[in-house]
Amino acid sequence: MKKTLLLLGISLNCLASEPTSVRQAELRHLLKNDCGACHGLTLKGGMGSALLPDNLQGKPDEFLINTILQGRKGTAMPPWKAFMNADDALWLVQQLRKGSQ
Amino acid sequence: MAFNVQAELRATGDLGLIIEREAGSALIIDTTEHKQLARIDKLGDLSHASVVFSRDQRFAYIFGRDGGLSKIDLLQDKLDKRIVQAGNSIGGAISQDGTLIAVSNYTPGGVKIFSADTLELVADIPADYDNGKLSKVVGLVDAPDQRFVFSLFDAGEIWTVDMSTPKKPKIEKFKNVGKFPYDGLITSDGRFYIAGLFGESGLSLLDLWEPEKGIKRILPDYVKPDEQLPVYKMPHLEGWAVADDYIFVPAIGKNEVLVIDKQSWKLVKAIPVAGQPVFVMARPDGRQVWVNFATPENNKLQVIDVKGLNLQSTLTPGHAVLHMEFTPRGENVWVAVRDDDQVLVYDTHTLKEIAHLPAQKPNGVFFTSRANKIGF
Repeated sequence: MKKTLLLLGISLNCLASEPTSVRQAELRHLLKNDCGACHGLTLKGGMGSALLPDNLQGKPDEFLINTILQGRKGTAMPPWKAFMNADDALWLVQQLRKGSQ
Repeated sequence: MAFNVQAELRATGDLGLIIEREAGSALIIDTTEHKQLARIDKLGDLSHASVVFSRDQRFAYIFGRDGGLSKIDLLQDKLDKRIVQAGNSIGGAISQDGTLIAVSNYTPGGVKIFSADTLELVADIPADYDNGKLSKVVGLVDAPDQRFVFSLFDAGEIWTVDMSTPKKPKIEKFKNVGKFPYDGLITSDGRFYIAGLFGESGLSLLDLWEPEKGIKRILPDYVKPDEQLPVYKMPHLEGWAVADDYIFVPAIGKNEVLVIDKQSWKLVKAIPVAGQPVFVMARPDGRQVWVNFATPENNKLQVIDVKGLNLQSTLTPGHAVLHMEFTPRGENVWVAVRDDDQVLVYDTHTLKEIAHLPAQKPNGVFFTSRANKIGF
C-alpha cells in the first residue's frame, strides 16, 4: 500500500511538471535531430551510445538526466542544459525508456 | 536488365544526389536545370550519410548510418545493389582506380573494402588496438598509389592501407597521434592527411610523401579541451578548404575558423564566426570559403573573403542549414535546409538565391564532379 502511494506520488509529481505539448514537440525534434546526430535517427547509436530501452535498463533516471544536462567529461557528450531544464530531460528519459521517439 | 524506356538520353556530368534524412531516400537532380529527375527509396537510415561516385560518373555509392552501402544507377534511376555491411557506419571512399569502395565503421570498428562493381567483400580490416578492442573509424579518404587513409577515434591512431594487391592489404599504423581524432581530410594533391582532435588541442598531420617521418602535431595550443565550448555537433573535415596556400579548418569548441599556412603549418589567423563551424568549404577557385554551424546557429551561412581573411557576408537560408555543395566551377552553391524541407541554390558571386527545390528533410548534397577529386 505504501509502495502504491509512493509510486502514485512520483507519477503525480511527474504529471505536474510534464512539459506542455508544444514543448514536447520541440523536445522530440531535438531528440530526432540533435541527439540523433550522434546517437542515430533510430537511436541505435553512432559516435554516441545506443539509447534503446534495453540499453538504458539499470541506469537510474537521475544518472540519465544528469548526463543529458551536464554532459559526460572525457566523451563527446556535451551538456544540454542551455537548451532544457530537468523536467524536459526527465520527459526525454521517459520517452527513451518507452522506446518512442 | 531492362532499360527505362521513358528515360531521356542523359549525361551524368552535371547530376547529383540530395539525401533525404528521415525518408531514407535520395533525389537524383540535374544541377544545370535545377530540377529533380527521380527519387530512390528504401536506402535505410540516412541520418548520417555520405556519397562517392564512380569515375565514369554513372554510379553513386551511398554510405548510411545503419551500415548500408547502396549503389545507385544515375542513368536508370534505380537502386543497382544494396548491402548492409556493418551495424553502424560513418563514411566511405572510392579507390584511386575506381575499383574499390571502402567503408569506415563504428560497429564493428574497422574498415571493409568492397568491389565497386559487385559490392562483394574484398578485405576486412578490424581496427584493433589495446589487446583486441575495436576502435570506431573516422576520416576515411582515398590517397594516391591505391591507398586509403583513416583515423581510429578510440585508439588515437592513423592507418594507411595499400590496396595495390587487393588480396594482400598492406597496413601501416601510426600510433599516439593524439586523443580522439574525430575526422580527417586529405589535401587535393593527395599529399597531406590531417586529422582533427577532439580530446586534446591541435591537429595531426601525416605527409604521405614522407610517411617515414611520422606524425607531426600542428597548432598544439589550439583549442585546449578546457577552453572548449560544448560541442553540439562534431565538425566535418571532409569539406576541407585549401585556398591561396592556406588551409581553413573549423576550430572545435570555439566560434572560429582557423587559417593555417600550408608551408609552415602555423596559425595565420583565427576568424571569429557566428557559431561553431561544421563544414568549412572553399569555392572551387578558392576565392571564398563558406561555413555552416552547429545548433543553435544552424540557420546561418557565412562567407569568408579569402583575400582579406575576413567575413564577407552572413546569409540566413532557413532552419537547420546542414550541408552545401558547389557546382564544379563554383558559380553556384546548393544548400540543404533540413527543417524547411528544401534545397536552395545561391549564386556565389551575387550571394542571391536563384532557385529552390523541395526535398524531405535534406541533410546532404553531392555532385558527380566529386568523381574526379582526390579525397572525395
